[in-house]
Amino acid sequence: MSASLRFGRRRFLAGSGGLVLAFTLDRTVWAAAKGAKDPGATLEQAGLLRVGEDDSVTVIIPEAEMGQGIVTSFSMVIADELGVPLDRVKTEFAPVDEAHYGRQVTGGSRSIRTRYKSLRDAGAAARELLVAAAAQEWKAELAACRIAEGKMVGPGGKTSSLGKLVKAASRLPAPAQPKWKPDDQLQLIGKPTARLDAPAKIRGEATYGIDVRLPGMLRAVVARSPSFGGTVKRFDAAKAKAVPGVRQVVQIPSGVAVIADHFWAAKAGREALEVEWDEPNASLSSDSIRAAMAKLAPTGAEAAKRGDAEKALAGAKQKLEAVYEVPYLAHATMEPLNATADVKADRAEIWAPTQAPGFVRGGAARITGLAPDKIQVHPTFLGGGFGRKAQTDYTDEAVHCSKAAGKPVQVIYTREDDMSAAWYRPASYHRLAGALDEKGWPAAWLHQIASPSIMAAFSGFGPRPAGGVDGTSVAGAADLPYAIPNFRVTCAQADFPIPVWFWRSVGHSVNPYVAECFFDELARLGKKDPLEARLRLLADHPRWARVLQAAAEKIGWGKPAPSGTGRGIAVAECFGSIVAEAVEVALEGKEPRVVRVACALDCGQVVNPRTVTAQLESGIVYGLSAALYGQITLEGGRTVQKTFADYPVLRMNVMPKIETVVIQSGEPHGGVGELGTPPSAPAVVNALAALTGKPIRKLPLT
Amino acid sequence: MPSYELTINGKKKKVQGPEDMPLLWVLRDLLNMTGTKFGCGLGQCRACTVHVDGEAVPSCQYPVAAVAGKKITTIEGLAAPGSALHPVQQAWLEEDVPQCGYCQPGQIMSACALLAKNRAPTDADIDTAMSGNICRCGAYSGIRRAIHRAAESMAKTGSSR
Repeated sequence: MSASLRFGRRRFLAGSGGLVLAFTLDRTVWAAAKGAKDPGATLEQAGLLRVGEDDSVTVIIPEAEMGQGIVTSFSMVIADELGVPLDRVKTEFAPVDEAHYGRQVTGGSRSIRTRYKSLRDAGAAARELLVAAAAQEWKAELAACRIAEGKMVGPGGKTSSLGKLVKAASRLPAPAQPKWKPDDQLQLIGKPTARLDAPAKIRGEATYGIDVRLPGMLRAVVARSPSFGGTVKRFDAAKAKAVPGVRQVVQIPSGVAVIADHFWAAKAGREALEVEWDEPNASLSSDSIRAAMAKLAPTGAEAAKRGDAEKALAGAKQKLEAVYEVPYLAHATMEPLNATADVKADRAEIWAPTQAPGFVRGGAARITGLAPDKIQVHPTFLGGGFGRKAQTDYTDEAVHCSKAAGKPVQVIYTREDDMSAAWYRPASYHRLAGALDEKGWPAAWLHQIASPSIMAAFSGFGPRPAGGVDGTSVAGAADLPYAIPNFRVTCAQADFPIPVWFWRSVGHSVNPYVAECFFDELARLGKKDPLEARLRLLADHPRWARVLQAAAEKIGWGKPAPSGTGRGIAVAECFGSIVAEAVEVALEGKEPRVVRVACALDCGQVVNPRTVTAQLESGIVYGLSAALYGQITLEGGRTVQKTFADYPVLRMNVMPKIETVVIQSGEPHGGVGELGTPPSAPAVVNALAALTGKPIRKLPLT
Repeated sequence: MPSYELTINGKKKKVQGPEDMPLLWVLRDLLNMTGTKFGCGLGQCRACTVHVDGEAVPSCQYPVAAVAGKKITTIEGLAAPGSALHPVQQAWLEEDVPQCGYCQPGQIMSACALLAKNRAPTDADIDTAMSGNICRCGAYSGIRRAIHRAAESMAKTGSSR
């Protein structure tokens, strides 16, 4: 069944009398809170588009806007199909309605890929209904009526606003299979388009979670166990309560919350609070975790196999062994974690910068005992997400606090809280062995991984496949496309009491570094050019080859690199797209300095080329930050890093020149948001190795 | 609780709060002016940048007691709601700089202070003035382009804002 049929209900809502379904109610409450006008009767399509009797066109966004530009690209698709100029479109975030929208988790670079068809269908269905209503009204042929520049145009120069046709259109039967406009009539899709949310963001008027303000709202700062997995043994609230502005000190599952009139009082209250903790994992350290993973690495379950890697390695003349390691990483979004809840006896509302409003509602239902339909989640803009804001630890805390206070409460994490009480990209340990054939081409590849499992920590995406290998741990390793005849990848699950979670590009933030750098090591051993070696082993993967060549061409591969710089290249496939980066890196003293990045992406069809470029650059910078500086290490069961001083990120003064090439392959839509990240680290490391002759098998670089 | 009279965006505001309360939280929690963002509270990310007597400063590091009587400008003061954008904001719009956008008020405030002193900043000047401001979306190329664009447009119009 097509998405449009499943969601294809049109509703005619006179005033507010017809507001029956939760998602409509939810939205109306939020719209009312923002002072929006009642649109009168509406023509609604798939919960994605609403045309009002007042001539308003509203696109409803069921995914999170965390910078990837979906508010704009979703609106472009609908406006184009409907035939209205983009500046006519208003947008709002959809509430939770997973029966209607499917799983509302924004991640996996998936928004356009999963919604594109529904968006086209919604725009096309609304257009067909309005056209049919006009034809009826004007007693004209369907073919004589069309929407142009947001107006209905009919025979003999007749025109009508769309709003005037809404009532009649909403009484007509929904088209079973709305017909999309032919490509040559599209005016927006595929054209570089300015972001709709830019003006509000530039004026400081966009509402992020942390900007939510409700009458009587209190703020909470939570004291959490200094080491992972700790619990409150006892606490004394007297000194905290003596801080002016502190209203309440309550124990919640994650610690002790200090609830106050404003953040500053809550934070001062927490500083004064006395808590004793039970800390079962206080002896955990990065060294102990590394030792445990090193021991487990050779014991993994099979994730991929062809030929006989062990046998080929045993008989090979030229071979190489290496251990690669990556650290835990924090997401470090600019907007620290925060959430606002208003829990009442019979209902609850939550405002949050969330990638997963459905999970937020689920958490709130468990905590409050309320039925899910009594809980409204209002997604806001996100000041960065990168996966972290698909968790519910912070929204759960807000619900606990509001429940205890009987008032709206906004929980705010300090930067130190955000970094030390987080969920992390897992650290992992990789044993590699490779061998060359007589001519120096890679002939055997053995990659043994030990990694904490993200999926084991999380049941929300259903049970893991039998065999025990977490797909996120081997992504980019087990599916390495190189035609190496003897190939084996194994993975041992190595879990520790440190929460692990999705981090921009997930397993692809790890394995392309390991595999692409070890590939270069083998190429050097065989005295092969890294690009030539890749192209040879990608003979059956023309899309990969094309992307690699595009990046190589952009950087000037084959011509000498500028004096003092080394060149490196790396490629990855993830989230339905293929991406390659070729970079130039210099050394300033011992510090690597990334000078230039040439990035090529094949993400199939593109809705907004401008946001594709921006997202690519963003992913590259995110990957470079991690490669150059990023690590969360543990001592005494707690993170060593707590701020941007010890968890540095890329800044303006070391921003490389980035050039991007988006390949017009005509393939189906692929992901974009995470794509820049995977090749960054391996391209840089390969460039450094080209410069110094030495492999770098452990991140970060500085 | 002591009270303070502040001059914010040309208007006098009376607030009551602890003397060590940073200007950032006075703006956000006492005055509900949420355009100035909290990023780290340590002066490391500059998401909270405002102007105090024309200087770009991290408002998380300035206790309310230290800014009383000084001229404070926030992102809300660059252009009143509905009115024309400041040339720097206009350049930001034309370069389509924001992604998540959370750091952008701070970036814009830093850029305005730079351009007020240096009408034609070089890339090196921009590095010096802007490297305090973190953008986790990595929108640095756009920010740099927007600053150059703003400098050009301000030179053309003779704007001294």
